[in-house]
Amino acid sequence: MSVLIFIDHTSGMIKKASREAISYGAQLAAQLGTTAEGVLLGNVAEDLSALGQHGVQKVYHLQHTNLDHFDAQVYTKVLAQVADQTGAQVLVFSNNTSGKALAPALSVRLKAGLVSGAVSLPDTSNGFVVKKNVFSGKAFANVAVTTERKVIALNVNAFTITTGTGTAEVASLNVDVPAPKTRVISKDKSSGKVTLSEAEVVVSAGRGLKGPENWGIVEELATALDAALACSRPVADAHWRPHSEHVGQTGVAIAPNLYVAAGISGAIQHLAGVNRSKVIVVINKDPEAPFFKAADYGIVGDVFEILPKFTEAVKKVKGVA
Amino acid sequence: MKILVCISKTPDTTAKIAFTDNNTKFAEAGVQWIINPYDEWYALVRAIELKEANPAITIHLLHVGGTDSEPIIRKALALGGDEAIRVNADPTDSYFVAAQIAEVVRSGGYDLVLTGKETIDYNNGAIGGMVAELLDFPYVALATGLNVEGSTATVKREIEGGEETVEVSLPVVVGCQKGMAEARIPNMRGIMAARTKPLKVTEPVAAEPLTLVAEFGMPPAKAGVKLLSADNVEELVRLLHEEARVI
Ligand SMILES: Cc1cc2nc3c(=O)[nH]c(=O)nc-3n(C[C@H](O)[C@H](O)[C@H](O)COP(=O)(O)OP(=O)(O)OC[C@H]3O[C@@H](n4cnc5c(N)ncnc54)[C@H](O)[C@@H]3O)c2cc1C
Repeated sequence: MSVLIFIDHTSGMIKKASREAISYGAQLAAQLGTTAEGVLLGNVAEDLSALGQHGVQKVYHLQHTNLDHFDAQVYTKVLAQVADQTGAQVLVFSNNTSGKALAPALSVRLKAGLVSGAVSLPDTSNGFVVKKNVFSGKAFANVAVTTERKVIALNVNAFTITTGTGTAEVASLNVDVPAPKTRVISKDKSSGKVTLSEAEVVVSAGRGLKGPENWGIVEELATALDAALACSRPVADAHWRPHSEHVGQTGVAIAPNLYVAAGISGAIQHLAGVNRSKVIVVINKDPEAPFFKAADYGIVGDVFEILPKFTEAVKKVKGVA
Repeated sequence: MKILVCISKTPDTTAKIAFTDNNTKFAEAGVQWIINPYDEWYALVRAIELKEANPAITIHLLHVGGTDSEPIIRKALALGGDEAIRVNADPTDSYFVAAQIAEVVRSGGYDLVLTGKETIDYNNGAIGGMVAELLDFPYVALATGLNVEGSTATVKREIEGGEETVEVSLPVVVGCQKGMAEARIPNMRGIMAARTKPLKVTEPVAAEPLTLVAEFGMPPAKAGVKLLSADNVEELVRLLHEEARVI
């Protein structure tokens, strides 16, 4: 019996969301009185034994040409074998782009009940009950997993990374790796930029910016804050900004530490995707804008005047001006 | 080629979220129901576009739910699709629903199974991956683009910080999201045609749910907004730095 954590990586680097999953899995293992083990598929540049600092005792590192690109079907078959060989009782994924594809498939393959979008450790005082977000963050549900084995997909930015001093043993396993049925033909990845779903700070703007030509002041604030960019739905629909920046109930759901909303009214569908942000700052010239009701801090004023001042003040505080 | 589009029913995005029966059930009274936006705007519309380009394609819609779901099934048929299937069962959990869908795919011989990336009520995003696993089909999640050429699908999918294009041979399950198509409104001809399109009802296969909701709850309310004046942006940043500690 153990807790097995899937460790995801991109461009040779372990994703921040996976460090959250490892920290979660390690605490869960301690709670269950068992060991926490990680599994990483493919090639990475990092030293995996260092992952022990987040609390895993062992990391299984499996390399094979068929694992060089992410194929949900192949990864599922391999992870199921790892789970069986290591006697894993709970599988932990980050609910990120890979976890969203893998966790449901593993749930079926292992006949293990799934909680996707988990936001805290399970309550194991009476069964195995995991809290998750529902209705796009407007509510939560405590989901009871009734099967012997369990699969948890932990929401990104929902759990704090813990860093201690441990070292993990790195091991391999003999598994059967089938050939993938998908073939990657191109990859378009903006390097260096902060990823929206993982970002700790997000600067978002809406129709109040009047047009795509005005995004410079939004980008400058984002740069000063080391933030990812987001936007409201009409902004993406009008192609002022790419679809990948559309946040809300029908776009990307995010939970950063700080969400700055400029010229966004705060419609219920927008709030639904951003209401898990820890601190919300709203800048809007209309004092009646609904967003102020969901905000922690607000300024009633013109974005064209406020955003440049905001950027300057941030630079001062960060000591870069 | 046969496409199956899985359609879920969700409360309208402005519906009041409340619970009954000791917080174990969603309060449905007075709620307007809609087709889950990801299923309608992206999965269904993209299937319709593919059929417009290639009339030899057949589109079937599938819904797991009771008779009260028929209005939203008809609404989906008004957008397009040749016929609909309703599996007459309460959708208890993701696994149960996936098991019903997989059975329909098995007996119907579909080449392409489309789902939305998630439903906007339970936000599980589990159906596509579960159906694929039950059928041993490949699965592409979070797709933002889809094309089919002969027996090969080209799918664009979201990855952290970008997009990736993959080629996959049919049959395949694809989870659809924004970017794939533009939402449409049904026209009068579509609405008329939908009335006479076949809507078949089948009975569910046995499948044990793997999870159950023990209790719903609401997040704690915000303390209230701290308003600052427009000429005091420096104070806002100071508060974010020293009080909220997020800068
Ligand atoms: C089914 C459904 C799903 C939806 N899903 C989403 C979703 O996922 N995400 C989403 O964002 N929306 C979604 N919407 C749309 C949502 O209802 C709103 O229409 C949208 O969020 C409004 O975008 P906005 O705030 O940018 O624009 P507006 O509502 O037009 O607001 C612009 C705001 O900018 C302010 N403003 C204007 N000029 C200035 C200025 N110079 N300085 C300061 N402030 C200024 C105005 O006071 C106003 O409050 C959905 C709608 C439906 C029906």
